[in-house]
Amino acid sequence: MLRMIHVMSKPMFSSAKSCMSRWLASIALTLLSASAQSQLVIEITKGQANAIPIAIVPLGWQGPVAAPFDVAGVVAADLERSGRFAPLERRDMIEKPTSGEEIRFQDWKYLKSDYIAVGKLVPDGVDRFQVQFELYNVLNGQRLLGQRIPSTTAALRATAHRMADMIYQQLTGTPGAFATRVAFLNVEGTPPSQRYKLIVADADGENQQNIADSPEPLMSPAWSPDGQSLAYVSFESKNAAIYVQTLRTGERRRVSARAGINGAPAWSPDGKQLALTLSRKDGDVDVYTLDLGNQMLTRMTFDNGIDTEPQWSSDGKKIYFTSDRAGSPQIYEVDVADPRSPRRVTFEGSYNARPRMSPDGKKLAVVHLDNGAYRIATVDLASKAVQILSQGRQDESPSFAPNGSTVIYATQERGRGVLATISVDGRVQQRLAAIRGEVREPVWGPFPSK
Amino acid sequence: MRITQLALVLATAFALAGCPKKVDTLPDKPADSGSTGSSTSTTGAGTTDTSSGSQMSSDQAALQELQKLGTTIYFDYDKAEIKQEFVPVVAANAKYLNANTARKVRLEGHTDERGSREYNIGLGERRAQTVRRALMLQGVGEAQIVTVSYGEERPAAGGSDETAYGKNRRVEIGYGQ
Repeated sequence: MLRMIHVMSKPMFSSAKSCMSRWLASIALTLLSASAQSQLVIEITKGQANAIPIAIVPLGWQGPVAAPFDVAGVVAADLERSGRFAPLERRDMIEKPTSGEEIRFQDWKYLKSDYIAVGKLVPDGVDRFQVQFELYNVLNGQRLLGQRIPSTTAALRATAHRMADMIYQQLTGTPGAFATRVAFLNVEGTPPSQRYKLIVADADGENQQNIADSPEPLMSPAWSPDGQSLAYVSFESKNAAIYVQTLRTGERRRVSARAGINGAPAWSPDGKQLALTLSRKDGDVDVYTLDLGNQMLTRMTFDNGIDTEPQWSSDGKKIYFTSDRAGSPQIYEVDVADPRSPRRVTFEGSYNARPRMSPDGKKLAVVHLDNGAYRIATVDLASKAVQILSQGRQDESPSFAPNGSTVIYATQERGRGVLATISVDGRVQQRLAAIRGEVREPVWGPFPSK
Repeated sequence: MRITQLALVLATAFALAGCPKKVDTLPDKPADSGSTGSSTSTTGAGTTDTSSGSQMSSDQAALQELQKLGTTIYFDYDKAEIKQEFVPVVAANAKYLNANTARKVRLEGHTDERGSREYNIGLGERRAQTVRRALMLQGVGEAQIVTVSYGEERPAAGGSDETAYGKNRRVEIGYGQ
């Protein structure tokens, strides 16, 4: 599998399809202009050969001043970044229809767009708008979608991501994950003087929010199932402690600061418990569950090896974890109701760690040692088959997008920590690098609550 | 004078570890002192009298041994056993702590950058616990020791080669508080 890291000029999506059949090589999308605090650069390192050509026509706007936000621009960027779509360049649009009746399908056929989205941004009271749009099949003129989404000035970006989600789902059959967020760590400086920041950003790198900032290590962010809170590990008191922080209010609660390790927090699917790793006073590294309501701890592992990196099954009945009880790190599972009988899950390779559950509950993404290189792999829970996804040497911290289509992970590029995404079929790859410092430990958040 | 000697320990530890180290992780005050604060803020003034010639007390001898051997123990990849060459380092620290029972140490366990971060936290803890048990087997009181694992989060050396990895797989015995 070829990985291209050169930044080249944007290919012409309006050119013939033979051009499309090559890799959509290295489209650098610098997503910085809109926001001074942005510090991620997203680059598509490998696109899909048969990306769907689509025209996202700028939304019609009637007003004395310019439209408050370029909704269609964000939609096109989202679809393009997915690697599965090839949006038509705006300069190649010979007309700008804003409703179905205005579309001259013959022209868009000539421009080789298979689909077209048109619409309007309509004022709907003070600071309120409606995003109206329709999606058509250019080849047969069929109307595939017609939507009106209420919005506000501040929410237009999020509305654009929702519009992209709807188009993506209509044309691929998979829900889009553009309206989601990613948490990650940004680390600047060199040891021993480093600055750790826990950051939450939209999935396109925009809209960054600083959640925590410390000269001592921050680690292991984990989204609550409702997307409202993050649990994470902070060494700010010179010892590890787990905090739960509400994103909107910044309110923060220290939920575990016991002797030894307080690490690897993972939320139960109902959001009421955390699985976590403690070493207590005796230094035995084990997985526990912590009831966030009554603070009750329940021990889940009893081996004297290293048991850590818990992850709940989708139904909350099992916990997957890393253990070196058999000599090297492997994945095990345990029934939460009867934790005394753990079962080994991975057998292929000498190192499998940090299990993360796929949204459909059928696969685990893990860190897998492959011929001396630490790579991201998936393990099929039914067949136990291992599929290696990434091609780095120091890849770690895999996390599934909530639609299951993509895994985000941390990798190294010329000795520097960057983030990368790869579609689960390995066909689409992206690189996300910080302007300053390293980025690591990405965690993809859940779908936004409707 | 004690302070000067301790400063020497510090300077030696710097040299042994081959990397800058936080002052507050090394002996900085006499065992019988109730004072706090970072009394040892420099490391270059250690060329003065180190009580050679005079009768050394047992804790002064222990201190000199500690000064010679340092406070860092290095490990093999994915291992937590104390290698033969570091047994004397542990012994020197145990001797010093036995002679200064009011002193406390903080054992910081570290790993190289390879593999999963939280697994490395576990591995760093296991290394710190190995050193803790070795110290206790040599008479150091349980109450004198606390452990913390930083995993791969606080490397002593940058870079992604075996030289750097070897310097990063370590337990630092910190005489901070």
